[in-house]
Amino acid sequence: MNTIGNVTGIIANLVIVETEGTTAQNEICFIKQDNTRLMAEVIKVVGNKSYIQVFESTRGLKVGAEVEFMGHMLEVTLGPGILSKNFDGLQNDLNKMEGIFLKKGEYTEPLDMDQEYEFKALAKKGDKVVAGSWLGEVKENWIPHKIMVPFTFKGTYTIKSLKGDGAYTPKETIAVLTDNEGKEHKVTMVQKWPVKVPIRAYKDKPRPFRILETGIRVMDTLNPMAEGGTGFIPGPFGSGKTVLQHNLSKNAEADLVVIAACGERANEVVEIFTEFPELDDPRSGRKLMERTTIIANTSNMPVAAREASVYTAMTIAEYYRAMGLKVLLLADSTSRWAQALREMSNRLEELPGPDGFPMDLAAIIANFYARAGFVYLPNGGSGSITFIGTVSPAGGNLKEPVTESTKKVARCFYALSQDRADSKRYPAIDPIDSYSKYLEYPEIAEYLNKNVAENWTDSVFKAKDILLRGKEAYEQINILGDDGVPIDYHIRYWKSELIDFVILQQDAFDNIDASSSFERQNYMLQKTLEVTDMTFHFDSFEEVNPYFKRIINALKQMNYSEFDSDKFRNNEQELKKILKEQETRNTGEKEESAVEAQS
Amino acid sequence: MEKDTKAFQRVYTKLFQLTKATVSLYARGIGNEELAIVDGRLAQVVKIIGDLVTLQIFGGTEGIATNAEVIFAGKAPTIKVGDDLAGRFFDAYGDPIEGAEIMGQEKEIGGPSVNPVRRKQPSEYIPTGIAGIDLNNALVTGQKIPFFADPDQPYNQVMAMVALRAKADKIILAGMGLTRDDYLYFKNVFDNAGALDRIVGFINTTEDPPVERLLVPDMALAAAEYFAVEKNEKVLVLLTDMTLYSDALSIVSNRMDQIPSKDSMPGSLYSDLARLYEKAVQFPDGGSITIIAVTTLSGGDITHAVPDNTGYITEGQLFLRKDSDIGKVIIDPFRSLSRLKQLVIGKKTREDHPQVMNAAVRLYADAANARTKQENGFDLTDYDERSLEFAKEYSEKLLAIDVNIETDEMLETAYGLFDKHFQPEEVGIRQEFVEKYWKKQ
Repeated sequence: MNTIGNVTGIIANLVIVETEGTTAQNEICFIKQDNTRLMAEVIKVVGNKSYIQVFESTRGLKVGAEVEFMGHMLEVTLGPGILSKNFDGLQNDLNKMEGIFLKKGEYTEPLDMDQEYEFKALAKKGDKVVAGSWLGEVKENWIPHKIMVPFTFKGTYTIKSLKGDGAYTPKETIAVLTDNEGKEHKVTMVQKWPVKVPIRAYKDKPRPFRILETGIRVMDTLNPMAEGGTGFIPGPFGSGKTVLQHNLSKNAEADLVVIAACGERANEVVEIFTEFPELDDPRSGRKLMERTTIIANTSNMPVAAREASVYTAMTIAEYYRAMGLKVLLLADSTSRWAQALREMSNRLEELPGPDGFPMDLAAIIANFYARAGFVYLPNGGSGSITFIGTVSPAGGNLKEPVTESTKKVARCFYALSQDRADSKRYPAIDPIDSYSKYLEYPEIAEYLNKNVAENWTDSVFKAKDILLRGKEAYEQINILGDDGVPIDYHIRYWKSELIDFVILQQDAFDNIDASSSFERQNYMLQKTLEVTDMTFHFDSFEEVNPYFKRIINALKQMNYSEFDSDKFRNNEQELKKILKEQETRNTGEKEESAVEAQS
Repeated sequence: MEKDTKAFQRVYTKLFQLTKATVSLYARGIGNEELAIVDGRLAQVVKIIGDLVTLQIFGGTEGIATNAEVIFAGKAPTIKVGDDLAGRFFDAYGDPIEGAEIMGQEKEIGGPSVNPVRRKQPSEYIPTGIAGIDLNNALVTGQKIPFFADPDQPYNQVMAMVALRAKADKIILAGMGLTRDDYLYFKNVFDNAGALDRIVGFINTTEDPPVERLLVPDMALAAAEYFAVEKNEKVLVLLTDMTLYSDALSIVSNRMDQIPSKDSMPGSLYSDLARLYEKAVQFPDGGSITIIAVTTLSGGDITHAVPDNTGYITEGQLFLRKDSDIGKVIIDPFRSLSRLKQLVIGKKTREDHPQVMNAAVRLYADAANARTKQENGFDLTDYDERSLEFAKEYSEKLLAIDVNIETDEMLETAYGLFDKHFQPEEVGIRQEFVEKYWKKQ
């Protein structure tokens, strides 16, 4: 029998309920308003008063309304059919809702319970299984979707019976398991899991040791992301966070992409809805939408469901990780989630922490990032969740609570710089402030040097060094003037500009340049470093800029050409010609000095 | 104490608490966000604890007595919508400022959001003739974008100009804290352009109580939804000035003892603004709502909570700046951005548009560096000199707000300037485009 209570207070979406029965923290309840039921979550209990946050507008709600407590936390439904769906933050299937406008209190089934899936058994009668063990698989789009022992099962079970190969709906019992005490448990293709609890159906979680290729040079080459790693992208508005996230979701080498659009613009989600079903996944050759699931809680949707949306997305990612897949989880933006926490903390009249955020913000963020990672599964396989969140710092100031709390836990930091965005140097990731801690992992360095190129990490550090020295030279030039510094300073600066224009900058809207394979990145980096390794001779600083611009132009045209195509090679020839000018100049000078020496 | 006048209307006459913006009283059966009339003034329920109901009085509480009459309406605020709206100006409550009452169906304001999967991707280019907008920051139907401007800049004039050139079926003006002079200016401009029948205005002037402003954008957007959904019209909504709207939000939150966040603004500012701006939408049946807003800055500071939160919500911003070189107001190419421009430039406009746009802005940035050098007293290189000359002409011929030319002409003008000051390799445009468009100069 569920606990029943009555509304006694309403402050925006915070509602106070009086009840005689039992209620629990984070328990889900429904408020009756006219003919609808509004979903809400318990966030505080004092005596017989439960404080609940409502996931809907409370307009028209009256004191006295009946509230039913459901006895469970916010759960998601896990099973075949999640992929390529568009959910809201509470996992309602948005496509199943009628009408143009969202209706209050309308909740829809996340999965298609009547659709039949072709089941293939992976286990057999008598097998010993644990939570997360694979019983069988069905085809979901092109992904072999594993049907697993529910994560809520504790201990070891024996398979008493298992359906043979054939077509079944998600509702049908496909297996019966017996526990140690001989009790029987029925298992279907579908299970439920509370979103705020991490799914721990794995054996081990080692340090990440592989790279997740993203196709974005400034990330892959300079500050690579590890498979199962964490990173964050803080940046003021207009610095290209969203374009970067979209580009990641299009080009990153992942089996699955889960996108939590958390409190951001609706048109950005629409862009994904519209474009992804048309775009080809460069790796599988299928449509991008087939590997993408969107959890949309846009900024105009109920604030309380924002918090739920990131947890829903993470739980779905964990579910697919347990199937041995490589999942990329993107959340845009975690600041909006933090703001939702702040709004509620304010209504609860809690003592505020820095900038009015709740005191436990750092802990909440840390716990969330910790759910990502590379894992070994009970059957020896592996799976991963790579998590990249964006942060929208107020006023672009990185010394604010959300950025600082995130910096403590995320291993990669991709700082978007307003200056770079202003001068249209996209992606505007600052090459000097940003970092990837993974580059310091010996296992990652070994992986890179083995898989990309010998001495790859040396080249990367060399490029970073040139960028840093270029920046220093630029500062000197600005202080002392063009002719107040040796020509060498100009050369040093332009060598760093060369790396900036050719490696760092990348046109996300150009079909060819948008994504670059590691093979191509290696080729271009070596090509660029060949140039920066050269010694240049100029008579005056005024010659440096135009000469380097020609080199940059030739290399950029290479970026815009199909790799290894005729056009690519022609531009490379063009580059050779330009560089030759310096060689003849060098040899010419040598001859001259030789002549001088003779006389 | 309690008596029934009409069905659903309950009347009370004993106030428990009075503050500058709110009154509280004991009442039963009251719905959250319900409307009420307190001593003849419009009010709305903002908090209910047990039987104690707190009402926000939009017109302020001056002179309200503890025995004031409180009549609950039993419903949330509404607006009457219909074809009668066209050509008329209304106050914050949706009542005509002059002339007869209008007929129409009643529609709740601040209604539900559009299901994101039912939205269509904006794809219709809105040319304005202003190159600072069309060339560098093209606008698209269903977009929301504010002007960021200091109070002394002619933002209302530019906005009126954009509105008139933007071939919209309806233009809905939401004036919040508008000076009476500016209100009359808008009326005149629209009248002179013969566009008055396409205009609907919801006006709160500086003469009216500030808290009333909070109703204005909801009224305007509810009317916009009527025309866009029921009539499939292309609606342009002008919100001016959203900084004054936010000020009203902070007044209310302060009176309700909420903990202020950055710049004394309520912690919910982001959600409050997003709720309005996200009404911008492209509907599947052809109707659309495009929002152009104004956010006034103090001393150009965009890190203040209002422009900062706005920037994260809107699809870009248009930055007005006075260029002292040419003595005109320009659309600043560095700080301005239209996030949706990628949906139309090079697609609805000529293929080389994106490259020309980026190249010109990059060269303009080079000129800015050269200027810094010049100001620090350093010698300029030949390239610096040329980029400075380019920047001046670029500013005059393309960035200034008084430019009014077709988009193709803007591209030609840009090539003309490139050709005059630079070599193709200095500009860095794709070879194909250089051959196809530059060379024919």
